[in-house]
Amino acid sequence: MQPFTILTGPACGLAQSGLDTDQIIPARFMKRPRSAGYADVLFHDLRQDPAFALNDPRHAGAVILAARRNFGGGSSREAAVYALADYGIRCVIAPSFGDIFTANAAGQGLLPAQVTEEDGEAILAALADERLANVDLQACSIRIGVRAWAFNIEPVFRTKLLNGWDDIDLTRSCQAAIDAFVARDTATRGWAGRKQAVLF
Amino acid sequence: MTAPRTLFEKVWDAHSIVSREDGQSLLWVDRHFLHEGSFNAFDQMRARNGAVARPALSLAITDHYAPTKGRDSGAGDPAIADIMQRLVVNARDFGVPLIGLRDSRQGIVHVVGPERGLTLPGLVIVCGDSHTSTHGALGAIGLGIGASEAAHVLMTQTLWQRRPKLMRVCVTGALPPGASAKDVALAIVARLGADGGRHHAIEYAGDTIRALSVEGRLTLCNMSIECGARCGMVAPDEKTIDYLRGRPDAPEDFAAAADAWALLPSDADAAFDREIMLSGAEIAPIVTWGTSPEDALPIVGCVPDPAGMQDAARADHAREAIAYMGLHAGQRLQDIAVDRVFIGSCTNSRIEDLREAARVLAGRQARVPGMVSPGSGPVKRQAEEEGLHLIFIAAGLDWVDAGCSMCVGMNGDLVRPGERCASTTNRNFKGRQGPGSRTHLMSPAMAAAAAVAGRLQDVRPMLTGRAC
Ligand code: SF4
Repeated sequence: MQPFTILTGPACGLAQSGLDTDQIIPARFMKRPRSAGYADVLFHDLRQDPAFALNDPRHAGAVILAARRNFGGGSSREAAVYALADYGIRCVIAPSFGDIFTANAAGQGLLPAQVTEEDGEAILAALADERLANVDLQACSIRIGVRAWAFNIEPVFRTKLLNGWDDIDLTRSCQAAIDAFVARDTATRGWAGRKQAVLF
Repeated sequence: MTAPRTLFEKVWDAHSIVSREDGQSLLWVDRHFLHEGSFNAFDQMRARNGAVARPALSLAITDHYAPTKGRDSGAGDPAIADIMQRLVVNARDFGVPLIGLRDSRQGIVHVVGPERGLTLPGLVIVCGDSHTSTHGALGAIGLGIGASEAAHVLMTQTLWQRRPKLMRVCVTGALPPGASAKDVALAIVARLGADGGRHHAIEYAGDTIRALSVEGRLTLCNMSIECGARCGMVAPDEKTIDYLRGRPDAPEDFAAAADAWALLPSDADAAFDREIMLSGAEIAPIVTWGTSPEDALPIVGCVPDPAGMQDAARADHAREAIAYMGLHAGQRLQDIAVDRVFIGSCTNSRIEDLREAARVLAGRQARVPGMVSPGSGPVKRQAEEEGLHLIFIAAGLDWVDAGCSMCVGMNGDLVRPGERCASTTNRNFKGRQGPGSRTHLMSPAMAAAAAVAGRLQDVRPMLTGRAC
C-alpha cells in the first residue's frame, strides 16, 4: 500500500449528507472483479444528474472530496473504497463516516478526514471558489487558499496510512500469542467450537 | 474483585489476544460467514498465496444473488450465475463449508446462522456484510467487515478492532397492539440519527426488549447498523436458551454452554458511556418517508416541511429526499399510494414476521403486486406447514424462495424506476431496490396493510377482532 503523507490537488465539494455506499457504488456493479477497475461506476446513479458536482469539467482530476455528515454509511462493501480510489480520490473530508467505511478506507490508502460540522460547512464554502486543497496527515491539517482547518483520524488508521502498513504482516508477528490464546480458549470455552461431526 | 463489566466487555475480553497501545486489539473470531460478495476476500487471499486458517469456523452461504423463482433452472443472467459459481469454486478450493443454492438449509446468512444454532451467546461473529449486527440478538458480538478484513480473518481467524464505546438503549413499557420490534428499531434510529450510534456498541435493555421474542430481537439488532453502531446486543436469557436448545449446530454439551451464557449479562453497576431511554408504550407503527432510515415517523403523521427545519444541511437533505420520493411537505403519510410490496430480508423474514403479515392478510386481497420471500428454506417449509403461503397466495402475492431478493435487487428482483415499494427491509437509500426505486420501510404487519390498502395504512384498525 502506498504511504500517505501530504496530498495537494484538485478538490470537489459535494454538499450532501448521507452519501451512503449504495450511492458511492450501486449494488449492480459489484459483480466485476477488482482488476476490472471501478472508476467508471463511482457515484454512477448520482452522476446521471448533469448538475452533480463531479460532472463539472472544472472538477476533472479531483483527488479530494468534501461532503456532509455520514459519508460511507450503510453497506460494508469495500467496493465503495475501490471506486473512489480507482477514480483517483485519495482523501474524503466529512463531519462523520460509517465505521466500516473508515476501516476499509484506511486499509486501502484512502484518508477519511473527519472535521466538525462547522468546519465542514466552511470547507464546502471555500471549495465554491478555490479548486486546490492541501491535506497533511502528519499535521492533521487541511489548507484551502489562506485558510486552514484541523481534522481527526483514529491514531491507528493514521499510522497505517502514513506507513502504508498491512495488517496481515502485523498479525503474523503475533502468532505465538494467538497459539497461546487458542490453547487457553479451547480449555475454557470448549462449547464455542464447532461440532466436528457437522459437515456441510 | 473484578470491576463490574457489561455484556459487551465480557465477550470482548474473552476474545482479546493482544492489545496495542494505540487502542487496537486482536480478537479471536468464532464464526466467519461468507457469501457471493466475498469473492474479493478470496481473491486477495489467492494473491497472497494464503490458506484458510480454520475452515471449520467459516461458512459460505449463497444468498445475495440467489434467484427466488425457478431456481432449479439456475440464474437466467450469466453474470449472476457466474458470481454464484465463484463462491462454490472458492469454497471448494479453500476447503470452506458451503450452503449452496440447492441446499435445503439455504437462506439469508443472518437468518441461517441463528436458525442453525451456529450463532451463540458470547461469540465473536464476523461477515462481510453490515447487517452482521443481527447476531447480537443472542448475546454475540456481530461485526460487519470489509473484504480486506475478511481476507485477514480467513488467513488468521483474527481481526484487529478498536474497542467501541458503550451505549445502553433502554426501552420500557408494554408495546401497544400493532407495534413490533421493527417499530422499536425505527424509533431508535429516528431518535439517534443515521450516524448517532457510530463508534458505539449498543446494548438493548429494559422490559420491552426482554418481552421481545428472539425473532424480534434479531430484527432489532439487525437495524443497529442503521444508526451507524458497530454492533447491537441483547443479553441472553431463558428465551435465548430455549431458542437455541435442539438447534442442529448448537453445542453438544448444551448444559455447560448454557451455564457459561448465564454469566454474560451486564453486571448491575456496569458503566456505559451513553444511555438512551425510550418509552415502549409510546411506540406506534412507523414508516419512513425519505431516503435515510432516520427519516421515520409514526404512520399517523405527515411528510415534514423542510422550511421549518433549523439546520440548513438537514433541510437540504429533507428537500432532496422529498423530491426523490415524489412527495410533498405536509402530505399525510396515509395518503401515499404504493405500487408494490416486499416482505422479506434479514430484517423481517423469519417465521414470526410471516405470521404477523398473514394475520393481516388472511381473508383480504392485495390491491398491488407483492412478493413474500422467506428468510431460509426451513422458514419456508415451516410457513407452508402452517398454511401461511396459502394466505399470501390467496391475497394475490407471490410466494417465492429464500434470499436477499428485493432488499438489494442483486438477483434481479427489482423495484422499477419511479415505483414506490412498501418494504420490510432495512434501507430506503436512493436506488437501493433498483435504480430510481422509492422505498418506505415498515413492519411486516404494516407492509401487509399497505398491500391491502394500496397505500400506506395504519394497521391497527385492521387488527380488530384478529387473534394475536
Ligand atoms: S437481506 Fe438485504 S440487508 Fe440483509 S444481508 Fe441480504 S442484502 Fe444485506
